[in-house]
Amino acid sequence: MSRILELKGISKAFGGLQVIDGLDLHVDEGEIVSVIGPNGAGKTTLFNLITGVYQPDRGDILLEGESLLGLLPHKITQRGVARTFQTLRLFLNMTVKENVMAAAYGRTRAGVVRSILRTPGMRREEREISALAEEKLAFFGQRLMGYRWNQPAYSLSYANRRRLEIARATATGPRVLLLDEPAAGMNPKETYEITELIAQLRTEGGYTILVIEHDMHVVEGISDRVVALDHGIKIAEGTFEAVATDPRVVEAYLGTKAAATK
Amino acid sequence: MSEVEGTPEGPKIGVDEWVARSEERSGVRGGRLAPLYARAERLPWWALLAAAVGVSALVPFISSSDYVIRVAVNTVLFALLALGLNVVVGWAGLLDLGFVAFYGFGAYLYALLSSSQFDLHFPALLSVSIVIVSSALLGLLLGLPSRRLVGDYLAIVTLFFAQIYVVLATNADRITLPWNDGPTDISGGPNGITDIDPISILGYEFGSTRSYLWLSLGVFAVVVVALQFINHSRTGRAWRALREDSLAAELMSMPVNRLKLLAFMFGAATAGLTGTIFASVQLGVFPQNFDLPLLITVYAMVILGGAGSIPGVVIGAITINVSLELLREPANARLLFYVAIGLGLVTLVRPWRKLAAICVGLVAFGIVAYQLAEWLRPAWVSGTIEGGRFAGLLDGWVIHPVDSTHLGNAGFILLIVAVLALTELRGIWRSILLVPTLYLAAFVWENRLVVEPSVTRILLLGALLVVLMSWRPQGLLGTSRVEIV
Repeated sequence: MSRILELKGISKAFGGLQVIDGLDLHVDEGEIVSVIGPNGAGKTTLFNLITGVYQPDRGDILLEGESLLGLLPHKITQRGVARTFQTLRLFLNMTVKENVMAAAYGRTRAGVVRSILRTPGMRREEREISALAEEKLAFFGQRLMGYRWNQPAYSLSYANRRRLEIARATATGPRVLLLDEPAAGMNPKETYEITELIAQLRTEGGYTILVIEHDMHVVEGISDRVVALDHGIKIAEGTFEAVATDPRVVEAYLGTKAAATK
Repeated sequence: MSEVEGTPEGPKIGVDEWVARSEERSGVRGGRLAPLYARAERLPWWALLAAAVGVSALVPFISSSDYVIRVAVNTVLFALLALGLNVVVGWAGLLDLGFVAFYGFGAYLYALLSSSQFDLHFPALLSVSIVIVSSALLGLLLGLPSRRLVGDYLAIVTLFFAQIYVVLATNADRITLPWNDGPTDISGGPNGITDIDPISILGYEFGSTRSYLWLSLGVFAVVVVALQFINHSRTGRAWRALREDSLAAELMSMPVNRLKLLAFMFGAATAGLTGTIFASVQLGVFPQNFDLPLLITVYAMVILGGAGSIPGVVIGAITINVSLELLREPANARLLFYVAIGLGLVTLVRPWRKLAAICVGLVAFGIVAYQLAEWLRPAWVSGTIEGGRFAGLLDGWVIHPVDSTHLGNAGFILLIVAVLALTELRGIWRSILLVPTLYLAAFVWENRLVVEPSVTRILLLGALLVVLMSWRPQGLLGTSRVEIV
């Protein structure tokens, strides 16, 4: 398997706070890698560094061997890295279908003039992204179909918003999908569904997936490999069993015995 | 209801769907007009556009008054401005307070290119094309330094730009150029530029006001079609996406900075184009045409009509400009005032018995107050009511002193207090206080406001905005937007 995403010794500090410290991480093609760690471990910052929201202070980020450093976020997305957000960031006042169609911006070409003139090429492109949006929404069964297409995104339930975020991210045509806590705020049944779904994203969509998750059942169910972070440092890496029983991981989550008895 | 779809063990979306459609169900209008509403909602946008343009084009045949036609032209120009501002504010969500500067820039540039100021007299089509391109470029220039600014910061920077524009237009009549001896007059200073060539296209010269109405309606139709198409293209979707969440838009592959600049350029080009028509129909441009009051008016139109909605901002422009014109004439203003109060009462006061009680109480209150005033001091009721229709009806009801200024002012302050008290009270006390408040409003109206129409117009426009905005914060045709859920 080939390396699709590789982070080499990246560091990021906000003022005096070292959020990510010399982190090495790689994701192979077709792999599902989970990133776990207590709150404030630097997981979301990691995503922000990969997607270009922040620039790392040191180190390099490679997508299929090419550096992503210095690229604007929309360029990185166009190269094939799409993400969802922990705190949902949908286009709330646009319709469900428009949310997905808007994300296809990077794979369409029709400019302003062609849009005003409604050239045949532009209309074909519109039909294509309309079909694309419907296809991406159909991935979630009936939940985001039919009458939902023309409803504003704010009318969706929390779980459906998470699904719509995933649909929107896949509409950008990514190779690597970064999912930031996809199961947060979901009930057990929905959590189970999302676990199935992430596996399906790989088998049916062909995406390589890097996921941040707190729910250990989800992590256990989906991960080929688990990476544990604490204070911006990788403290463990390997299979779920190996990482979950690693004493340093347990310590990061629960504290040491010495600290507990103090 | 038909069988709901879904996997046997999966959740049924039937309930979900029913909840989601509650708005739709409650929005169904009853009554005799229901089929009409339903039909109006099914009309395609181009049919509405054709109807609006067609009806407006008939104005010169309905009224031969040049004033009426001129108001129609101004309304179309305002609608164009509102459409341009809607791109920047309604779609891209950029609070651009420098918008009217582009309008002024377009008007002045057209004036410079097609008047005796520099004896250029370019053909109209050439001038207009130059103006559109230059306005778009100016929009780009303004956008470049401010594209990283959002919200309040962008507002301040663009407001500064608008003010610079007015100062430049007022003072660019004595510019020292290195290749010219003595100061050069570029903008005509406070006196502006006059004797602008009328627009002529392919030999047809637009000479009369009515021909300008048709010209501006033609431009309006083209602009609406272009904007409608843009709105339903990837660019339009991207604009609305960046308004909703610019970071998410950027991360969903949309080049946010470029899209912001594009929105600025679009707004600026529309404003510049509108400016050329304004300059040629007015045959002159003056700095005060493009000052803050205009900015506020255009913003009011966009917000009142519903930012983001094409028919909304057009209706906003019509409502505000036509009301402002109607309020110029005291007789019209009086009619409008009482009709507005009557409509407000009818729509807001329920049940009918309460409404009837308030109306009877209001008439009785007036008669008693009048008799009391006459008995106390005859001078309080011997002033004249400003002429016009319906003035006679009010005699014997509303107090009208000989010297109305002082009593009127006192009444005005009392009215403000009463209105404030009204918002705090509940139940029966509110209904009881409503009667003297309404009477007081009529008193202040007849004694102070009717005699000073210029102040009244603005005051009433403000009141209209306050009432409409608290009734429908999303604007007349806007869709209510959710910021945080």
